[in-house]
Amino acid sequence: MFPRSFEYVAPADLAEAAEALASAEFAKVMSGGMSLIPMMKLRLLSPDLVVDIGKIRGLDQIEDRGDAIAIGALVRHAQTAASDAVPAALRTAAAWTGDTQVRNRGTTVGSVAHADIAADQPAAVLALGATMVARSASGTREIPADEFFVDALTTALEPGEILAEIRIPKAGGGSAYEKLGRRGGHTDYAVAGAAAWVQRSNGSISDCRVALTGVGTKPTLAEGVAEALIGTDGSASAVEAAAARATEGVTLLEDLYGSEEYKAHLAKVMTARALTQAIANA
Amino acid sequence: MSTTSVLGGVVKRREDPALIQGTGLYVDDVKLPGMLYAAFVRSPFAHARITSIDASAALAMEGVEAVYTIDDVRHLGPVLAQVPIGKVRPLLADGVVNHVGEAVAMVVAKDRYLARDAADAVEVDYEPLPAVVDLKEAATDQRKVHDDLESNILMTWEAGPFGDPDAMAETRRKIDEAKARDDTVVVSIEAVNQRLIGTAIEPRAVLADWNPGYGRFTVYSSTQIPHALAGAIAKTFGVTYNDVHVVAPEVGGGFGLKLNIYNDEILVAFASQKLGHPVKYTESRRESPNSTIQGRGWIATATLVGTRDGEILGYELHGLCDMGAYSQNFTVAIPFLGVFVASGQYKFPTHVKLDCVATHTMTTDAYRGAGRPEAIYYLERVIDAYARKIGMDPAEVRRKNYIPADAFPGAISPVGFAMDTGDYAKALDALVESDGYREMLAERDRMRAEGKLAGVGLSTYVEVCGFGPSGLVDLGFSWSEYGAPSAFSGSGLVRVNPDSTVTVIIGTGPSGQGHQTTWSQIVADQLGIPLERIRVIHGDSEESPFGVGTFGSRSAAVDGSATFEAAQKVRAKAAKIAAHLLEASEEDIQFADGGAFVAGSPDQTVSWEEIATVAYQPHRLPEGVEGGLEAHAIFSPANATWPFGAHAALVEVDGDTGDVRLLRYITVDDCGNVINPMIVDGQIHGGLAQGIGQAMFEEAVYDADGNLLTGSLLDYVLPTAADLPSFELHRTVTPSDINPLGVKGIGEAGTIGSAQTVVNAVVDALEPLGVEHVDMPLRPKRVWQAIQDAKGGN
Repeated sequence: MFPRSFEYVAPADLAEAAEALASAEFAKVMSGGMSLIPMMKLRLLSPDLVVDIGKIRGLDQIEDRGDAIAIGALVRHAQTAASDAVPAALRTAAAWTGDTQVRNRGTTVGSVAHADIAADQPAAVLALGATMVARSASGTREIPADEFFVDALTTALEPGEILAEIRIPKAGGGSAYEKLGRRGGHTDYAVAGAAAWVQRSNGSISDCRVALTGVGTKPTLAEGVAEALIGTDGSASAVEAAAARATEGVTLLEDLYGSEEYKAHLAKVMTARALTQAIANA
Repeated sequence: MSTTSVLGGVVKRREDPALIQGTGLYVDDVKLPGMLYAAFVRSPFAHARITSIDASAALAMEGVEAVYTIDDVRHLGPVLAQVPIGKVRPLLADGVVNHVGEAVAMVVAKDRYLARDAADAVEVDYEPLPAVVDLKEAATDQRKVHDDLESNILMTWEAGPFGDPDAMAETRRKIDEAKARDDTVVVSIEAVNQRLIGTAIEPRAVLADWNPGYGRFTVYSSTQIPHALAGAIAKTFGVTYNDVHVVAPEVGGGFGLKLNIYNDEILVAFASQKLGHPVKYTESRRESPNSTIQGRGWIATATLVGTRDGEILGYELHGLCDMGAYSQNFTVAIPFLGVFVASGQYKFPTHVKLDCVATHTMTTDAYRGAGRPEAIYYLERVIDAYARKIGMDPAEVRRKNYIPADAFPGAISPVGFAMDTGDYAKALDALVESDGYREMLAERDRMRAEGKLAGVGLSTYVEVCGFGPSGLVDLGFSWSEYGAPSAFSGSGLVRVNPDSTVTVIIGTGPSGQGHQTTWSQIVADQLGIPLERIRVIHGDSEESPFGVGTFGSRSAAVDGSATFEAAQKVRAKAAKIAAHLLEASEEDIQFADGGAFVAGSPDQTVSWEEIATVAYQPHRLPEGVEGGLEAHAIFSPANATWPFGAHAALVEVDGDTGDVRLLRYITVDDCGNVINPMIVDGQIHGGLAQGIGQAMFEEAVYDADGNLLTGSLLDYVLPTAADLPSFELHRTVTPSDINPLGVKGIGEAGTIGSAQTVVNAVVDALEPLGVEHVDMPLRPKRVWQAIQDAKGGN
């Protein structure tokens, strides 16, 4: 478990970090290091340069920007989990990420940028319709969550870009996250997880977004579920019917923790549970 | 015994301050001047011919000292297995690799990063060959694992009873007759007892230093068997036992994993001698599953026949045991430990037949419980199924079929082994009559009434441990292949120093068991000297008297007994000296509170300081008494010990997801007399965690090509404290009659009693759905699938 040799810099601000990132053939950004370091030690990843943004001041804040909640690149999972400003889906997803040590060290933004197929928080930011703010030497770019997750461990970030902030719109409504973890309950990576956000008006569901994790190659919006639920009264039977469409258009991935059949089933169960909770929270 | 509070008292572990504060010395902490680091090139194939090895790029790297292949070390010969049946592992792959992760070449370099880089730079060409991975397929011999072996079945263990073919034929006849009767029921379960990757917090590590001037090796190794390692190195390099000094400092977890002489321990010694530098190898977490032995790996069918009123008439356990590619220390002997306890604590005719089968996977060997958890798993699963089938209380069925307490002493198990002491119904009754068990049943019924899937599981067990007897040596367990012929005896040396502190030097060492504390208690109890003045030295082949090592829950029963006897000898001599000083009769001398006194005259005292001082001033001693105050004892047990117990678990299953929640766990363990209740409880806790880990989480999964899919802790799910309930521990005490302490051993009991307890609970929870069995680990996917299959069957 020894990484190959690499250069290391710890810039003082984002501009310097972006510059450093652009300077190397293969550079990786490190925030908490909870995923990057193991991958380097396993030699699955051997960057020439590690740009440690951990020393940059001001990135560890959760800010209310009026129309959005902004989560900085150094906000730890534990901070996200404890913040009343953060919608329930993301708060819960952060609380169920890793273990205590990981939650005190790893970052929400880092987890989203890493885009593990079984991670919790990517699904939550996707369901919440977040905007990713990427910083590079040439400036700042905003990427909608819907376009951010490309494939397993692959996002829309360009090599020279740092995911500096995630903005979550203050759209109201209610949200929730549900999962079955690899060691049962809510612990460990998700065998299947679902994040749901719903908006109610005049007694019916006026808007809805559900995102799945753990079942395919990337966090995926379950558009069929939203379509089925919007316009209904959000009753148990409406939720059940909508959840039945959870895996429409999802490429299911079998792994050690479940067959395609089981994962499809779990996706529906988790979707129904998350929706029920989100509606209760709305 | 002079004090009752020390022996049997809760004493905080004396070793913990150093371990908790991170100041304990482990092998990887030892750094010698000029030290080099080894790394291994490992096979990516389960079976392949090596067509070429090109080390030129690695050797060209600055700081790389050497790259060794089998051609460099073939002359040393292989490390011989203790039970050399099957294919012995060559020091490095010899022309063919037989499992993923097999060491092909060793690189030695100036730092460990460079060593890893250089290992990656060694180019090995392989010609892949078909791999035999599936255990059942391997047993058919359709394809051979090793061309030069007659069969993939390396050994067949059969008993009922062991070693008596006529009696065994009679047993089989009885079982067949019972099966043929109209009034009996037959219950059969085929189950997988899956392969496990024992995961010590400290991976193995070894550092060897050859000193050409002294002509000696000094070797630090994270091992459970330092004396055997010294013998193996002496034998391999053609030097004497005196020329090898092995030190096992703190060992961060053993569990049987470190009960082997590993090739890397020999290879670093070779490299050190060759290069004139100390050489260290520390196994990485990632390579450990393929470079350290694995455990379990059985597929077996347990069949039980009995009457409808709970009288069991016969039991059969027939199965296949996965040995992996090479035989290491005990490999094919591990299933034999299952044979030992195949009939458990029961009296019914039992026939057991286990085939030891080679596959292209990592070697299996002793992992906590080693054969005994597997055997008890099958027995207690099928008894549970039988109780369910005849509608009888699972406790009642068990009680009805136990070897009765009045069969002891002298009880012989149906598979033919003499058992020391036992009162099985006592432990079972203590469990089922406890408030906890009643509450479990009430809670289950309450949850069921709410529409939940809840279950209570029960299991009892018997274990054989405390190895001994010394006569095992005659069965081939002689350690002589390691150049260290020795029986399964124990040793202990007790020395009272001139300042009346005590040094205790023992033949076994801890890998977490708390020897420092337990042995201090044994000696303090005999001498009346406070614990703080006693130091226990272990794990040093030069300082410690010869010992076969720490495994099979044997240290306290065997080496502890030797130490007890050594302390008695010291006490007897001290009594002579005290009698002389007090001008009293030796028989009237008693010890307490830091000294000796005359019975009936507590004012007539002499302190240990005075006794010790006089002991080391021989001119002050009475005639015929030698100077010094120390004694050594060898304890040769007449038998192994047979602990037992009863466990219960309460679980809830989420029928929508298959998720299992372990809500409550109660044990009654009987390990004979207890020296330190806290240490015993700690051993049970750890054992339960590993048994429940097998039941719920852990599984070494190989794909059809022999790749280990669960080779990292990302995918090999270990239990954590957060996954486990607070254990509720109780005990009964049935002292052993084969050692002076009356102790049995508790290191493995938790593991042996627990896996089937959890599975029985889950099957109980799923009974309303018609599920009869779920294989371990009880991953949600598997439990959910069992529910679907049962629904489909309805």
